[in-house]
Amino acid sequence: MTTIEKIKNEWFSNVKGDVLAGMVVALALIPEAIAFSIIAGVDPMVGLYASFSIAVIISFVGGRPGMISAATGAMALLMITLVADHGLEYLLAATILTGILQILFGVFKLAKLMKFVPRSVMIGFVNALAILIFTSQLQHFVNETWVMYALVALTLVIIYILPRFTKAVPSTLVAIVVVTALAIMMNFGVRTVGDMGALPDTLPVFLIPNIPLNFETLAIIFPYSLALAMVGILESLLTASIVDDMTDTDSDKNKESRGQGIANVATGFVGGMAGCAMIGQSVINVKSGGTGRLSALVAGVFLMFLIIVLGNWVVQIPMAALAGVMIMVSIGTFDWSSVTNIHKIPRTDAIVMVTVVGTVVYTHDLAIGVFAGVILSAIFFAWKLSQVKIEEHYSMKMKTMTYEVHGQLFFASVQDFVTQLDYELDAKHVILDLSNAHLWDDSAVGALDKIEHKYGLRNITVEITGLNKESSQLMEKIGGLSKASGH
Amino acid sequence: MFKKILLAIDGSKHSERATEKAIELAKLQDSASIEMLYVVAGNKSKSDVLHYGDSDTASLKRKRLLADYKEMIEAENISTDTTVLHGKDGTAEAIIAHANEHDYDVLVLGSRGLNTMQTMVLGSVSHKVVKYVKAPVLMVK
Repeated sequence: MTTIEKIKNEWFSNVKGDVLAGMVVALALIPEAIAFSIIAGVDPMVGLYASFSIAVIISFVGGRPGMISAATGAMALLMITLVADHGLEYLLAATILTGILQILFGVFKLAKLMKFVPRSVMIGFVNALAILIFTSQLQHFVNETWVMYALVALTLVIIYILPRFTKAVPSTLVAIVVVTALAIMMNFGVRTVGDMGALPDTLPVFLIPNIPLNFETLAIIFPYSLALAMVGILESLLTASIVDDMTDTDSDKNKESRGQGIANVATGFVGGMAGCAMIGQSVINVKSGGTGRLSALVAGVFLMFLIIVLGNWVVQIPMAALAGVMIMVSIGTFDWSSVTNIHKIPRTDAIVMVTVVGTVVYTHDLAIGVFAGVILSAIFFAWKLSQVKIEEHYSMKMKTMTYEVHGQLFFASVQDFVTQLDYELDAKHVILDLSNAHLWDDSAVGALDKIEHKYGLRNITVEITGLNKESSQLMEKIGGLSKASGH
Repeated sequence: MFKKILLAIDGSKHSERATEKAIELAKLQDSASIEMLYVVAGNKSKSDVLHYGDSDTASLKRKRLLADYKEMIEAENISTDTTVLHGKDGTAEAIIAHANEHDYDVLVLGSRGLNTMQTMVLGSVSHKVVKYVKAPVLMVK
């Protein structure tokens, strides 16, 4: 395919579907962008500018057409303390640095590192995210009247029951419109989006974050940027795989990582917060018929258009309606099958998943949770691998003992292996059959030397058989060294 | 009578019974064929990718899942092929659209057996399908 054909295919092969889906997504993005800004502790303007800028830029530079990226909950949750301690300007700087780190990630083609994040960690990640989105809404219920509770309930009822009757209009939009109209007409006096901060009334402009450019600033923002970059890539590549599956097409994960980075750098310079791909919105987009690059572009542009034109109405949306929508987002994000199947999956996977969720809920930091999950998985893996099984075959006549070794011999398993053998044998000869074993490191070779030595003290000779090619190469390399220098 | 049979499969126990019934139907007729239909709705993509790691692995698992039914059908010397639909908004809608776009003599599907609450929120696939598919529908309980 030539470049022009490719561009044509990615942009204009599905114009009608992309435009319609983009508009649906724009409507669904507005409440989320506002709610995520409130979670992060910034004006709704910051999330709306971010959603506009990220969606538009990613439509050009992303690697996964049909995927929607904007301000997200996962990223907002990581920003809370930075905003509280240092303010918006540092968040914008951190956003730019996040983008730079992600660009590097893409340029050095590190998407393949994703294979070190086990599935149980990813499941823990989305579940923890769902729980945090839910708990972040609880603050809106403090000191509220029953009117607020009733409005939240009404929002949820409309969201979940309306699709049973019609799917022509997005049920979240209907819920927001109905609840807002009700609140205005009845003059309930409940808190609204307008009480939470300013909304944009102009297009975003280019500005450089007002921060001192020194090492101290870098020391403040770098840990945040690193966590944001990591979580952003993780959620974006997971979402890309989901969109791959929904559209039955492939995507360029490294290009997507780089694209996320470019979008975040640009977003930091127009006063938006860092974002990433969104699972829920991407699913809505594809289900609504959006598969090309055009749908993300339309989503971003239409969102900005709506905010500038309808801003006076948007500020009147009750927080109750927003909280209802966020509860729906949280329910949709949670992987319910992981709970119903928890007794069916391997116990160690379940423990990893629960550990990720527990760590995130405790620390409020998705990055730490993922890190803990990866480490724990690695420990479980090493523990499972370190189980070495030994079968004994004794020949009285020949005074020979044959040990058939099954398993992986490496630093974590050798100690157990060495002690499993019987050194007080009535034998002249011991055969270690390693046909079903593999030597991995220096410790493994060392263990064999040790065994030979221990039997040697008792005048028993040791023969090693069945080494596979890789193991004997290792043995030659290391064994040769130790023999030459040591004995 | 029932020559071109469409068999909707979701991989549950009900699908197995539905497959058995589809085979019985096909045997009534010389050179009948069964087309298996599997729908990957949006949220299914999400949970499959989460549990299997990526799209390729998820596709492989689905292929394996369908292979069992394929074997069942081919063991009876009935010709069969497979259609997997991706990225659809709702399983029922996808089955209805596919069934009505092509010319089938009958649609066979299993009933999921949801409780009242689940049916209220998720909607019953079989109910919608029975209502909107133009061809005769055999619902296997």
